[in-house]
Amino acid sequence: MKAKKENSDVKIKKEKSAKDAWVLRLYVAGQTPRALAAFTNLKKICEEQLNGKYSIEVIDLMENPQLANEFQIVALPTLIRKLPVPVRKIIGDLSDTERVLLGLDLKEVN
Amino acid sequence: MKKAEKILADHKLVKTPTGIQGFDEITDGGLPAGRPTLVCGGAGCGKTLFGMEFLVRGATQFNEPGVFMSFEETIDELIKNVSSLGFDLEELVRNKKMVLEHVHVERSEIEETGEYDLEALFIRLGYAIDSTGAKRVVLDTIESLFAGLPNQLILRAELRRLFRWLKEKGVTAIITGERGNETLTRQGLEEYVSDCVIMLDHRVTEQNSTRRLRVVKYRGSIHGTNEYPFLINEDGFSILPVTSLGLNHTVSNERISSGIPALDKMLEGKGFYRGSTVLISGTAGVGKTSIAAHFAVAACKRGERVLYFCFEESPNQLKRNMRSIGIDLEPWVQKGLLQFQATRPTFYGLEMHLAVTHQAVNDFKPKVVILDPINTFVVGDKEFEVKTMLMRIVDFLKMNQITALFTSLTASGSAPEHSDTSISSLIDTWLLLRDIELNGERNRGMYVLKSRGMANSNQIREFVLTNHGVELREVYIGSSGVLTGSARIAHEALENAEVLTRKQDIERKKREIERKRKTLEAKIISLYADFDSEEAEALKMIQTEQDTIKRHEQDKVEMAESRNPETEIKQTNYKRNFKNPIL
Repeated sequence: MKAKKENSDVKIKKEKSAKDAWVLRLYVAGQTPRALAAFTNLKKICEEQLNGKYSIEVIDLMENPQLANEFQIVALPTLIRKLPVPVRKIIGDLSDTERVLLGLDLKEVN
Repeated sequence: MKKAEKILADHKLVKTPTGIQGFDEITDGGLPAGRPTLVCGGAGCGKTLFGMEFLVRGATQFNEPGVFMSFEETIDELIKNVSSLGFDLEELVRNKKMVLEHVHVERSEIEETGEYDLEALFIRLGYAIDSTGAKRVVLDTIESLFAGLPNQLILRAELRRLFRWLKEKGVTAIITGERGNETLTRQGLEEYVSDCVIMLDHRVTEQNSTRRLRVVKYRGSIHGTNEYPFLINEDGFSILPVTSLGLNHTVSNERISSGIPALDKMLEGKGFYRGSTVLISGTAGVGKTSIAAHFAVAACKRGERVLYFCFEESPNQLKRNMRSIGIDLEPWVQKGLLQFQATRPTFYGLEMHLAVTHQAVNDFKPKVVILDPINTFVVGDKEFEVKTMLMRIVDFLKMNQITALFTSLTASGSAPEHSDTSISSLIDTWLLLRDIELNGERNRGMYVLKSRGMANSNQIREFVLTNHGVELREVYIGSSGVLTGSARIAHEALENAEVLTRKQDIERKKREIERKRKTLEAKIISLYADFDSEEAEALKMIQTEQDTIKRHEQDKVEMAESRNPETEIKQTNYKRNFKNPIL
């Protein structure tokens, strides 16, 4: 069920991702080791997969707590894929690359 | 002992009043201040509302802003749902008295990729608390997170941290939780929130649903342990801590009329005590309601408010029926002194009835409450529950110095006292109406079975419903038992006739005596007359005789003188002896 849905998403994404740049937003709370790890992991994946066509915005909720509401952030760190639509939400320190790719629709489920 | 008291006073748990009707009474002041409280219960039992009212009351009555973090309903839904209770959340939000925060976690949208925590939730909550200076927080229902986040280990650790964090923040929090199968909450939240646990329940017994609340646990505080029925109505929650009432109500020596002068006369001529509980019991159709109506009107005439609960008749039917015996209730209703509350006993559960009664009494503030009839509550084997409920009602009314009048229907055939024994001990004045079948008639009799604190009449009175109300008549007790109805009337006529005859006899005798007296007097007069004439004659004769004697003596004296003077003494003696018998 879930896999099927993601498959259809992937098709849409592939058409759009060709022209549109990826807009990613990483929510963290302070410079915790976990936040730093997440950022490093994200950077690595983007470099490998997106050929420079991306932007990463890091939001520190310690400084701007009111920004947590917009994307219903509960867990930290959370990565939001704002573009291409639909919005995807990935939580955790992004250490599980396989799952990150899955979450970003960069990899099809076998 | 004293030391212990001092320690208690110094370290007494600070409480946050909820402002929820009755709740602060049960918990001796409210929820533990600065600590989280778990409110659990099944679906639709009012958890969200409890939390919401806690915040609204806090904001409006205690000037304590609050944060409502909803994990289920959206903000719009919340605003709409509670507007029916008269809570204007939008205004509270505008005035910075409340923050509504909707937290939504959709599992299908989330991909888990390694370690994480719920710091964002803390930040959001912290931001909401800090932006309004909130003192109260409601998390409704945090268990939804378990559905949204796959990693239970992280979630549990974070929840533990959250509750500790709430304590550190010093906010009084309510955490709601859905009831689980074996545990209080589905996810065992009671493990984390252990200071105070409140259970809400919505139970259906015999098709009647009743909401109940119980304080399962309250660390460091005394609290009522019973299940308390509660209501959710247009004013929000209303919990009845009725069993906490003691038997220490003040009593009144004031007496109030029952509205029936003859009945008052049976009760020392003064009627019932104010604040007492009166029971009128009797078989069907003996006029219980009529007495109740009389009492209601009497109270209204004194300018007192009367709350009339009718459980079997509609107010209109009751008014019509009472008009037939010359009691018009309508004007009092229009004046606002008389209010009817008509509900079927089966409409709610017993506790709900209790709650409704409570509410109605608190709203209307009557001096007299009439429950007509009470025994319809007894369905099946619930006698004990009914007694408990009535006891609560009686206690509650007595506390408020409200005179209560209950009517109770006794099944014909059983002893009239029987079915009421369960509540008789609660009753101060008990009037028993019974029908007396005699000579092919069924008449009503009434007597005072008991009346605490007064010398009541021990007489049975015949109870007559006339077109100008209830009347009590003396009954006759003859060799064949109590006479009522036409037998009584016949007996009355008979007695009247007897009285008349006796009266006539006396008159006749009097006349006879008078006549005799007159005859006697006439006789006396005639005798006197006879005597007088005889006397006169005798006197005349005597006079003549005397004259004769005198003359004789004169003659003798003259004759003696003519011979010698020695005879003078003899002459005088003779004279005296002769005169004496006459005078």
